Amino acid sequence: MRSSTRTRLLLPLLASVVLGASACSAGADRAGSAEPLRIVGPFEVHSLDPALDGEVFTRLQVSETLVTSDLEGELTAGLATTWSSSRGDRAWTFTLPRDATFHDGTPVTPGAVVAALEKAAQEAASPLAAAPIRQIRTAGASVVVELSRPYLTLPAVLTHYSTAILAPASYGADGHVTEVIGTGPYRVTSAELPASIQTTRFDNWRGEAPAVEDVTFQAVGRPESRALMAVSDQADVVFGLEPAGRERVSASDDVQMASSLQPRTILLKVNAGHPVLRDVRVRRALSMALDREAMAEAVLREEELAATRLLPPSLAGWQSDGTEELTHDVEQAESLLEEAGWTEGADGIRVRDGEPLRLTLLTYPDRAELPALATAIQAALREVGVELSVTVSNSSEIPSGQADGSLELALIAKHFALVSDPLIDVADVFAPEGSDWGVMSWSDPAVDRAVEGLLAGATGAEATRHRETIVDTAQEELPLIPVSWYRMNAAVSDRVEGFRMDPLETSWRLTDLTWSS
Amino acid sequence: MSSRATALGRILVHRAAQGLGVAVLVSVLCFLVVRNLPGDAAFRIAAGRYGYDLVDQETAADVRAELGLDQPAWRQLLAWLGDLAQLDLGRSLVTSRPVVEEVGYFLLGTLQLTAAALVVATLLGGTIGVLAARRPGGTLDRLATAWVAAVRAAPPFLLGLLLVVVLSAQLGLLPAVGHGDAASLVLPALTLGIGLSGLVARVTRDAVVEVRAADFVRFAQTKGMADRWVLLRHVVRNAAVVLVPYLGIQAVILVEGVVVVESLFAWQGLGHALVHAVFWRDVPVLQASALVLALLIVTVNTVVDLLVLWLDPRPRRLEARA
Repeated sequence: MRSSTRTRLLLPLLASVVLGASACSAGADRAGSAEPLRIVGPFEVHSLDPALDGEVFTRLQVSETLVTSDLEGELTAGLATTWSSSRGDRAWTFTLPRDATFHDGTPVTPGAVVAALEKAAQEAASPLAAAPIRQIRTAGASVVVELSRPYLTLPAVLTHYSTAILAPASYGADGHVTEVIGTGPYRVTSAELPASIQTTRFDNWRGEAPAVEDVTFQAVGRPESRALMAVSDQADVVFGLEPAGRERVSASDDVQMASSLQPRTILLKVNAGHPVLRDVRVRRALSMALDREAMAEAVLREEELAATRLLPPSLAGWQSDGTEELTHDVEQAESLLEEAGWTEGADGIRVRDGEPLRLTLLTYPDRAELPALATAIQAALREVGVELSVTVSNSSEIPSGQADGSLELALIAKHFALVSDPLIDVADVFAPEGSDWGVMSWSDPAVDRAVEGLLAGATGAEATRHRETIVDTAQEELPLIPVSWYRMNAAVSDRVEGFRMDPLETSWRLTDLTWSS
Repeated sequence: MSSRATALGRILVHRAAQGLGVAVLVSVLCFLVVRNLPGDAAFRIAAGRYGYDLVDQETAADVRAELGLDQPAWRQLLAWLGDLAQLDLGRSLVTSRPVVEEVGYFLLGTLQLTAAALVVATLLGGTIGVLAARRPGGTLDRLATAWVAAVRAAPPFLLGLLLVVVLSAQLGLLPAVGHGDAASLVLPALTLGIGLSGLVARVTRDAVVEVRAADFVRFAQTKGMADRWVLLRHVVRNAAVVLVPYLGIQAVILVEGVVVVESLFAWQGLGHALVHAVFWRDVPVLQASALVLALLIVTVNTVVDLLVLWLDPRPRRLEARA
């Protein structure tokens, strides 16, 4: 009898052991400033190297770049206090603060900055690698970057996370980064890659001490899990919510949504050298067949994200009054295809010279909305007699397909401000020789001249005219067909005040945050 | 040399040889599989390193040159096997971190999760099985059968979501996802453990019923031994001879089956590492992860052999008589 009683006690005992393990219960009241600020996002951190996963450390304000940007995208002081150019824009001087120290207590010397920049310049993935650098040297308390030709966008390039300045002690004997020893207001206390990073306030930071003392960052891959954490008080700031998660957060009383339009456009990259797609009438027909508003509403749950032009409104300097917005017009699309020689076939697929109008679209699942939009595009094009075969594969198949010429169409999400000046990305996107994440087998002399003029430092009305030439030609010729714009969002707990979304994501502005009273 | 020592030596030599063979076979197979995946490995590795926004032909060319991807396949495979012979697993192609560090971290996560799940399954399933065996065909036995059917039918993904909704979203008792602290381990371990507990209950119940009917148990009861001693000394120990090999097999299945649960709960384990390594063509991490998993299976089988050798003296006695 007694033994059976003990056996029966095992189940409740097991339950209590399991539940007792949850001592740090998720829903318990938190004591504000005594607790760390908990940030959750989709970004796993696989490397400490600034060129690989450096953006998380710059966003957490652990590492700093020489130059950074404000919420309007204007350049502002990062680690460097001032900068100026000389010798016909062939030399840039960056002045360093005298009281700056790395997190290990060593002073920020020009030599350490030069070493960090030289490492970045050798990384093919860093925009700094494309700069025409002759030499990076010290000059008193400053660093000088000498160039082989004028390069006005260098300060903007130096806002990129790959150019973050780390202490010499960050690097092991083999040159690999073993520890992130930066200069920002927060220092790393522990990093459990790829899942989590803990930081704490750096008391010797040269600026004003932030109100939030400790910060934890956790990478959570599943968007529904992130939404659940936001509404069940398991995180204070949650980035990257899907439409369903956003609706759930909006219905919660204790969490607010913050968002900003990103300088990112989801677009169809077109092989303009393809026998079918080289005809601009076909490209325009494909564009007109798309009901962008319906797609944005169905997939992104926001009709306003329908991209009626290539560059989103958040890039105010890159808009043109003369640009006619892209519209949805099935009849016009069909007549353009007829005009181009594509007549309706027996099975509804258009034909020309006995050849059916069949195309292949490549996209990738890194952004969940891309496969869904690809399917919607497939259905829209079927309505005007174009058969589209959709392949969802690794994103690297797109530059690979560009290299061997096999790519026909690709649905991509292109960021136009990887550095704070969109000109860098625009110049790359419209490169006459083609661009892996831009045009393919398409170039236009007027666009080339406009890009060159801007890179050479055109200002005022001349710069405006050049930018209008680029966006108007892109809208006319459609070497890239815009589909939708992109809104970045975050769920922010009521315990936190002062959160502001940076559209360029250079930083999460943790130093602006305070705990609610 | 005693018969137990002879048997022990035989098991260890046999399993060591098996481990060596498995290591070479798994390494070669992984290498061949990755080599034959469609697409350009240099582009994929560059995408894993830099993010897709920054992958272009130039970065891919850099990766190709740095890693010698244009070298003949046999040369790359021989280099890896040579390093393996020196216990050097190299560095991840994507993160540049030592593979030992990377795989070690993920292995620890998987072992934690698997061990916790086995504890949950054994306690829960074992208890239910023993209770059901007390009166075969009785109410408890029928309830146990229903439990087995329910938890076997529920896919881990659904079970995990249900637990998250109830214990995390509604009651706020446990974190929904995460890694690193005891509280984060509970939900994924419960998800795996509850799923496994059904079969453990079934096997335990059958083994206990069979042992209870054995002559030596009836003899122990007849000579007046207390029920709890009969249960512990005779029933549980003899049932364990059946249960331990079964749990060994389940441990192997668990190790292989954690991918879904790791993904659901953002738990950092080998399943997570394998998926990413395949996606990014990170051959050293893939080979090392698969190698560790294979050797883990050999290790579990070795432990099961040794436990059975300890629990069941009959083979040793037969050997001694021979």
